[in-house]
Amino acid sequence: MSNNVLTVSPSPHVYQSTTVRKLMYGVVIALLPTLAWSVVSFGIGAIIVTLVSVISCILFEYLIERFLLKRTPSITDGSAMVTGLLLAFNVPANLPVGIIIIGALVSIGIGKMSFGGLGRNPFNPALVGRVFLLISFPAQMTRWPIPKGFNTSYVNAQTGATPLGMLQEKGEATVSKVMESAPSYGDLFYGQMGGSLGEMAAFALIIGLIILLYMRVISWHIPASIILSTGVFTGILWLVDPTQYADPLFHLLTGGLLLGAIFMATDYVTSPMVPKAMWIYGIGIGVLTVIIRVFGSYPEGVSFAILIMNAFVPLLNRYIKPKRFGEEVQHG
Amino acid sequence: MTTTVLYTILSLSGLGAVAAMILYAAAQKFKVYEDPRIDQVEEALPGANCGGCGYPGCRQFAEALVKADDISDYYCPVGGNDTMKEVAQILGREVAEQEPKVAVVRCNGSFQNRKRTSIYEGPSSCAIEASLFGGETDCQYGCLGKGDCVEVCDFEAIFMNEETGLPYVIDDNCTACGACVDACPNNIIELRKRYKKDRKIYVSCVNEDKPAAAKKACQVACIGCNKCVKVCPFDAITLENNLAYIIPDKCKLCRKCVDVCPTNAIAEIGFPPRRNKRRNAKKESADQEQSKNQS
Amino acid sequence: MLKTFTKGGVHPAENKITQDKAIEKAGLPKKVIIPIAQHIGAPSSPVVKKKDQVKAGDVIARSQGFVSSNIHASVSGTVAKVDHVVDASGFKQPCVVINAEDDQWADGIDTSDALVKDIDASAEEIRQKVLEAGIVGMGGATFPSHVKLSIPEGKHVDTLVINGVECEPYLTSDHRVMLERAEEMLVGIRLLMKALGVEKALIGIENNKPDAIAHLNEWLGDDPQIEVYGLKVKYPQGGEKQLINALLDREVPSGGLPLDVGVVVHNVGTALAVYEAVQKNKPLVERVVTVTGPSLTHPTNLLVRVGTPVGELIEAAGGLPEDTGKVVSGGPMMGKALKTLDAPVVKGTSGILVLPQKWAHREKELHCVRCAQCVDACPMGLEPYLLKQLAERERFEDLEKNSVLDCIECGSCSFTCPARLPLVEYIRYGKTNVNQIIRNRKQQ
Repeated sequence: MSNNVLTVSPSPHVYQSTTVRKLMYGVVIALLPTLAWSVVSFGIGAIIVTLVSVISCILFEYLIERFLLKRTPSITDGSAMVTGLLLAFNVPANLPVGIIIIGALVSIGIGKMSFGGLGRNPFNPALVGRVFLLISFPAQMTRWPIPKGFNTSYVNAQTGATPLGMLQEKGEATVSKVMESAPSYGDLFYGQMGGSLGEMAAFALIIGLIILLYMRVISWHIPASIILSTGVFTGILWLVDPTQYADPLFHLLTGGLLLGAIFMATDYVTSPMVPKAMWIYGIGIGVLTVIIRVFGSYPEGVSFAILIMNAFVPLLNRYIKPKRFGEEVQHG
Repeated sequence: MTTTVLYTILSLSGLGAVAAMILYAAAQKFKVYEDPRIDQVEEALPGANCGGCGYPGCRQFAEALVKADDISDYYCPVGGNDTMKEVAQILGREVAEQEPKVAVVRCNGSFQNRKRTSIYEGPSSCAIEASLFGGETDCQYGCLGKGDCVEVCDFEAIFMNEETGLPYVIDDNCTACGACVDACPNNIIELRKRYKKDRKIYVSCVNEDKPAAAKKACQVACIGCNKCVKVCPFDAITLENNLAYIIPDKCKLCRKCVDVCPTNAIAEIGFPPRRNKRRNAKKESADQEQSKNQS
Repeated sequence: MLKTFTKGGVHPAENKITQDKAIEKAGLPKKVIIPIAQHIGAPSSPVVKKKDQVKAGDVIARSQGFVSSNIHASVSGTVAKVDHVVDASGFKQPCVVINAEDDQWADGIDTSDALVKDIDASAEEIRQKVLEAGIVGMGGATFPSHVKLSIPEGKHVDTLVINGVECEPYLTSDHRVMLERAEEMLVGIRLLMKALGVEKALIGIENNKPDAIAHLNEWLGDDPQIEVYGLKVKYPQGGEKQLINALLDREVPSGGLPLDVGVVVHNVGTALAVYEAVQKNKPLVERVVTVTGPSLTHPTNLLVRVGTPVGELIEAAGGLPEDTGKVVSGGPMMGKALKTLDAPVVKGTSGILVLPQKWAHREKELHCVRCAQCVDACPMGLEPYLLKQLAERERFEDLEKNSVLDCIECGSCSFTCPARLPLVEYIRYGKTNVNQIIRNRKQQ
């Protein structure tokens, strides 16, 4: 007999140690190499943009949850921080503070909270914010600073075209002409090109991918399917007419493809649940990205491609089910 | 400029007219005939769509009423007798007057009266807790306190009292639709007859355990001692499975049973404080007994 | 490469702190509370009444119907009452309560330790003795064993699988049985093979028990009929469908039984009980229970009589620690939390786990973040996040379409969920209601 009042609860009575917070911080850790490189390349601008974005996102989430939704704020789960970081990585390093704050408000307020908070949003919040800013402030959002090391100034940074921008603007010239003035593959890999904070340094992003896979935060299916499908589609186009279409490696290393494939498309809430569905999702993103880049009027298409495929995810989840144990052999 | 405006107006009006003609033709061709009385009856119903009548919504209830030959068994608890009379007039049939009812929570096992012997940590749902564990106390019959009844009420008539851990009913809002009765996994809530001034006499317990076990689990449990059954002048109380039950139709609110109950298991609600000194003394000593047991 | 089952599975910390503790015989309890429904199927009907004198091994309740089981007295003494007693979950169950006096066994029971190796009984006799002895699945499922030994018309069995996996963390009772009573257990396995008419038996043991694997291999030598397999450690390998998949690469069809793929699975404890029933005429009245927990002073494996109150076992393990928050009957993944320590040990109790306060409470629940870890973990290929949502919204027809009845309630999904969602409870709620709907449908 004991005087202890026992706790009763249904089984199981143990948990594995990973929590949502640990997963979110895992993503933050994976983003650190890219963050470090962007600070080294863009200087004070990178720091300001990142800080403002993260702080605004967390602040807006807290305010909306506390005063509009009237429930306990959940900012400690780390997802607002991740949204803030990813939003920052999608914008140029010389973006004015006011615009960043508006972007954060749209990302968190419309992209996440209007649907009810974590786990309920159909679209990637950081991309919702980024696309909103792109359409509302097209001038500011397409003035890409050239990386000049840490001493790059913030708002008055010298700007230049991104590699994809050069490709878009080529007009009647052939691709090889563009390639003469575009950065070399080495430069592309090591992030010596104009672009947003997060999309330049391919090597830093790949380190981030390895960290995510090692910490078991994401599975390999989505990044693999996006990279493969983009590579294959651009490869086909390049083989058909190398003078009009850039080669696959160029497409893979430029723009936000790696950032999108590794960090944006793999967002838990807005990506499919089953490996087969993840492949279809990834191939869709790859194909759409290339179509927008090559045949569309925007130089970069990853953000739009991901948002479009986000809309298909509920459908994919509904009709693509995992293979059940004992499914094939029907009990007769 | 004028020609632009003219052409615009003409073309848009033309489009509008064509669309209107197509819509009208479609509305006529695909029209479903509905008895016009269904709309009339639906107008008369309260429109709460609560399901208290047994039908999924007021429209379905209206359809059933119009279709039925004899509507004396149909009753809308929200609208009550007035609404049924109106419906009867529209359809030209008879309805029987039904007694208004109110939901009554027949458990007084509050935190003070019924000691918690375990801590439940699981989904906050009475249905799940009732199926897995018999609650957090030694009385497996009593209220679980997770508020399934509060969730299903459409009329804001039942709320959880955080201090006692029991739900309480706001009589004015209660329409006796029966949603809370169905939601409670232990069948604690009952629809009982409404008396004047919202007075109530009922056995506030559903515990069927033997006397020793029942009393050990909860201080105000019904122990099935039979005293109330014997003292009732109207034969309104029955005893089954160690539990007394007061039949609403027979009870005349004389309160003799309340006096004799040794555990204060019979609740009396809505009566003025007693002027009878003997009754007062007994009630006081019972209260003192309770407060002694708590400390 | 060690074999294991292919789909899903998780890796909880093993914590086998009692694996080196030899089985201790527990002292006789002063009274036993024996529920008459310790098995799947119809509850038995008591055949004793108050004040009757019984000896250990006497029948005190008879099985009702085919899927039911006999219950025997586990001690000798006087029947105190045949009444409803509150069980571990707070519900009243009919039980027979016996006040223990001496330790007399019923006639015909061989209580010596001598090994009876030769098998004289025929297959039918073995089945009959298993039925009489009230043997049920000792792994925790408590399915009446004689039903598993009776192959219906049209079905065919080619392999007997013996479940020595014990995949639940903390539990070591099967491990000790395999180490200390290997010979008797092997006779039990041969008895089962004879009853089923099979030539082949496979013993599946997880790789965290290398001494048991070595020990059994030693005893078996070159036996062509029985083979021991070491399996990679993964939960829930002890589930019979997963074990069959791991050992034989066969998948039991959805809604079917192992019989449909020609296999019958029995626990090692059940095999030992079969040996005792057939060779020693001893019914199932005692079993090995692991009493364990991080704060216990003397965690151990105890041989206890069925009906002993759990509190006495904890006393034998050094007493209830001060910081106890929760006491679980079984392992931490599928065990049932006890409301009171007066609850008795039953035939299916494989362990008592005492958890301190710091591990006794649930963590804060968040909203589902759709990370799909539950889908990856589910060994049956289901989608627990979806089943929980459907159960919450009471969409029972959709639940049936999503195969909720395939769920084996192993707890892998809840274990792995980073948002700490109570997935298993909602799935159980859904299963109960879907079963009710199916029953109503059949009646119409």
